[in-house]
Amino acid sequence: MAAKIWDDHIVAAHEGEPDLLYVDLHLVHEVTSPQAFESLRMNNRRVRRPDLTVATMDHDVPTRGGRPAADQIAERQMSALEENCRREGIALYGMGHARQGIVHVIGPELGLTQPGLLIVCGDSHTSTHGAFGALAFGIGTSEVEHVLATQCLRQRRPKTMAVTVDGALPLGVTAKDVALGIIARIGVEGGRGHVLEYRGSTIRGLSMEGRMTVCNMTIEGGARAGMVVPDETTFAYLKGRPHAPRGEHWDEAVVRWKTLATDADAAFDKDVSIDATRLEPYVTWGTNPGQAVPVTGSVPNPATETDERALAYMALEPGTKIESIAIDRVFIGSCTNARLEDLRLAATVVRGQTVHPKVRAMVVPGSASVKQQAEAEGLDAIFKAAGFEWRDAGCSMCLGMNPDILGPGERCASTSNRNFEGRQGAGGRTHLVSPPMAAAAAITGHLVDVREFSRN
Amino acid sequence: MQPFTRVTGIVAPLDRANVDTDQIIPKQFLKRIERSGYGPFLFYDWRRSGDFILDRPEYRGAAVLVTGANFGCGSSREHAAWSLLDAGFRTVIAPSFGDIFKSNSFRCGLLPVELPEPQVAELIRLATEKPGIEVIIDLAAQHIAGGGFETSFGVDPFYRECLLNGWDEIALTLRQEGQIARYESTRPAWLPISR
Repeated sequence: MAAKIWDDHIVAAHEGEPDLLYVDLHLVHEVTSPQAFESLRMNNRRVRRPDLTVATMDHDVPTRGGRPAADQIAERQMSALEENCRREGIALYGMGHARQGIVHVIGPELGLTQPGLLIVCGDSHTSTHGAFGALAFGIGTSEVEHVLATQCLRQRRPKTMAVTVDGALPLGVTAKDVALGIIARIGVEGGRGHVLEYRGSTIRGLSMEGRMTVCNMTIEGGARAGMVVPDETTFAYLKGRPHAPRGEHWDEAVVRWKTLATDADAAFDKDVSIDATRLEPYVTWGTNPGQAVPVTGSVPNPATETDERALAYMALEPGTKIESIAIDRVFIGSCTNARLEDLRLAATVVRGQTVHPKVRAMVVPGSASVKQQAEAEGLDAIFKAAGFEWRDAGCSMCLGMNPDILGPGERCASTSNRNFEGRQGAGGRTHLVSPPMAAAAAITGHLVDVREFSRN
Repeated sequence: MQPFTRVTGIVAPLDRANVDTDQIIPKQFLKRIERSGYGPFLFYDWRRSGDFILDRPEYRGAAVLVTGANFGCGSSREHAAWSLLDAGFRTVIAPSFGDIFKSNSFRCGLLPVELPEPQVAELIRLATEKPGIEVIIDLAAQHIAGGGFETSFGVDPFYRECLLNGWDEIALTLRQEGQIARYESTRPAWLPISR
């Protein structure tokens, strides 16, 4: 499928040179775009296709209090985006807009993310959109500028890797655990230079939200893009969305989308198979997303210097039971796990419970729409009654560019995607988990097997 | 882009694998809207914790960083490459790089050189045992030599040309306007537009 979409987007190909590809959808946010717009202006260039460009504010927006943000530098960055979008005629879902949210949450919500498209964004989690059978990957600011100016991008054709996940997911095991299980298997650079295609009965059985979670974490396994062949689940999600095709166009689109499926005899450069029935809820113990063990396990003995550094940073001893690790904070949010389904799963665990007195817990919906729908279902009431903070949409504590950060030494159960040193705040310690696992940890005050928790 | 032809400089060793872009430039410095001025914040948290190897006087002014596998993994922030450039680095040598970091580096004038793990280990050893050794990196000849180390290296031929000439990639693409317009005319009408 990756090869079909690639070939479909070649504007020019010359021997020895990277292919020039056409970009169908360019997503823009406030942090990686200002230098690109500035450089365009300095070179007297304009945005070629503002109608194929969409902007949002997500990375450093405050999640309470609205604008102006107390952080003046962040405020300046948001104003720069507004000004750039106004000047170039780019649609902007800014703070306060009913559709504002994390770029990888709103693209699909708006129906802009569609099968067969080539989608880029100055953000490594752009792989999320691959859940729809789009070829989607993160780019740097120079590439953002290149796409703004030309609507094209020069790229070398990547290799392909099939990640087949088969079998029924055990109770309490979510798409997040599938993603962490895959990374634990292939390693944080196992996917480097490849496009991953997730396939198999487990992937087919996931909702679009679940597929987005799996594709989102692709970059944590080193691959720029991960994708799932579109099917009826994909089409049902898209139908009726604001930017989805309508009427005859819908029928025409579905016919086209059905041709994207990987040919039965297609060969992949690499192959990995995973038995879903053996997956468990995972917890990361270290400082990269590949350092994960089942929640029932223990902190492993360090195998490398990287492991030793990670253990020292995380202040953990080998042999410590994962479930004995006490936490200070819980973050339910991010482009990985802040969609309605994620909040529903977490709320199921939280209902009627109380957040542990030593824990500060927050829920940050992925978009204003998710927030509004969650409130319509009463999920906010469940979280608030338990003692969670219920915030406005944004990237928030996933990367800590806004005031939502960990203090030095604070330990957090987080539904986000990166447990890098200092990612959620200098000196902060992150354990990546699924939304129900994060919810359970908030209540018990330590990492805990959500399967046991539900039984009690 | 500043052309890259031949660089002579001190080699600074950072013997760690999987150095992610959050370590290279932490998020609090991504709020600026300029492209320069990130040098002082390179490896900010590691520097702040004291006795960071790159802060030793022998490595002051280093232009070549030699480090472990998967350097620059994680976030797409080009600020990581900018901060290295701004701090005086022109080349990073490693067994492998994060895909996006590598692509960003080529596009902003920082040369990423991939060498086999044993050679990288050897250069790290040399730069650690004899602090301050210099190497010459010749991109046209694809050759590195100095301080008792010598090797040739492979590099993407397209980006090699771009770096050697300091080409503006956007200008190159804009010359293909005819082909872009032709492609656009074939796109189906039902593809999404943002308005």
